[in-house]
Amino acid sequence: MTTAAPTSSRALVEDVRRGKVSAIARLISRTEASPDAVGDALAEIHRHTGRAHIVGITGVPGSGKSTLIAQLCRQVRDGGRKVAVVAVDPTSPFSGGSILGDRVRMSELNSDPDTFIRSMATRGNLGGLSRATLPAVDILDAAGFDIVIIETVGVGQDEVDVVRAAHTTVVASAPGLGDDIQAIKAGVLEIADIHVVSKCDRPDANRTISELKAMLTIGMQLSSRMDWRVPVIGTSAVTGEGLDQLLTAIDDHHAKMTETGELDRRRLRIAEMRVLKFAEDMLRDRFENDREGRVQEIAEQVARLELAPEAGARRLLGQIQKEIAS
Amino acid sequence: MQKDTPIRVMLAKVGLDGHDRGVKVVARALRDAGMDVIYTGLHRTAEEVAMAAVQEDVDVLGISLLSGAHMTIFPKILRTIEDQDSKGIIILGGGVMPDEDVAELKEMGVQEILLQDTPPQEIVSTIRELVAARGPR
Ligand SMILES: Nc1nc2c(ncn2[C@@H]2O[C@H](COP(=O)(O)OP(=O)(O)O)[C@@H](O)[C@H]2O)c(=O)[nH]1
Ligand SMILES: [Mg+2]
Repeated sequence: MTTAAPTSSRALVEDVRRGKVSAIARLISRTEASPDAVGDALAEIHRHTGRAHIVGITGVPGSGKSTLIAQLCRQVRDGGRKVAVVAVDPTSPFSGGSILGDRVRMSELNSDPDTFIRSMATRGNLGGLSRATLPAVDILDAAGFDIVIIETVGVGQDEVDVVRAAHTTVVASAPGLGDDIQAIKAGVLEIADIHVVSKCDRPDANRTISELKAMLTIGMQLSSRMDWRVPVIGTSAVTGEGLDQLLTAIDDHHAKMTETGELDRRRLRIAEMRVLKFAEDMLRDRFENDREGRVQEIAEQVARLELAPEAGARRLLGQIQKEIAS
Repeated sequence: MQKDTPIRVMLAKVGLDGHDRGVKVVARALRDAGMDVIYTGLHRTAEEVAMAAVQEDVDVLGISLLSGAHMTIFPKILRTIEDQDSKGIIILGGGVMPDEDVAELKEMGVQEILLQDTPPQEIVSTIRELVAARGPR
């Protein structure tokens, strides 16, 4: 096949802002391939963000997130709004490849151009949010999606990353997953703005709900500075129970945040996290690239005891600083 | 510089036939070869699969079908992708079909038809070659 010359990333930005599906998809791919290579385009995109409500949904594998998201998307669409999903899946650490299965649960949504679903592998990034995730959320925001949902597999640090990147965090649990509520790791309970217990068509769901409520009472659940009582919502993909309630809670949370100034505080926190994460990534890349060269040189001096490790680090950072600032 | 991005492949079953053991074997083989594989599940319509491939911006869309409906399904998929103005998605077919249909499908823009029982390693190498030949996009 002979393909025409690739569309410039600048032209893609224009098309993204018009909501052109293939342009959104292609810019996300280029971002995944190399965020640096599309830096200018992403900067332009970033200027046009800020409209979307970003919702993180996390929970252990099998807790029903993808199924729930598919139904939530339909609910949002029924209300006339546009919705996008970035489903982050962990990469198999052995082969480098992965099987991204969330589409199986969401496939019926595909024919609708105002529902956009994208699967992403994590590439072993610490924290589970791949480097391209937040730029992809920016792209979808700039493309005019009203709600952008990030799905992550919640096992440990990941949940904390989601909450740091989302305006509203939903934690999903389900009956019958290991030791029920114990399956939710400590630290995850606190990050939820909304709790969902899925699979409420199952008889053991009530126990999960009451256990969760009990734990929340013990923990004196108070979400941030605003007066928000974290709801526990039972949902079922089979009966459709709880879905209205969930979307209402998501919208209420957004309204309350806007009213109280909490949304601005969260935006600031997200911005801060992103700057720091970028800075860390840049440094780490430098270190990796310089491994053979100057890092090696400095290390040799340290090994010969001519230089203290701390002084070596200072020298390295000093040299890198000159290059990055330019 | 960036490490090579994995090849993205979507595997789909379209139509009525309800077996996906074969597709799952292929999915694992591709993953083990370092590719990102998106599986759509059973019983998808041509339009759903095509839109999903556009949104996921896959390098390769592999459609497996045994139901004999290939001469109606592939044109629908090709048309939807073209309507979306998505360029460079390589379309592969798998399953059972007569030679003259294979020729006609290739004429329409299906890149390659891998007949049933093609060994997974051959699928891996075919995909690698086609993506390399297409180049960046
Ligand atoms: N009975 C029942 N099963 C569900 C419900 N939601 C999801 N499941 C099933 O739970 C399994 C895991 O669902 P999935 O959405 O993939 O979970 P995820 O890993 O958290 O994304 C699948 O087999 C679903 O069919 C529900 O509301 N009721
Ligand atoms: Mg999932």
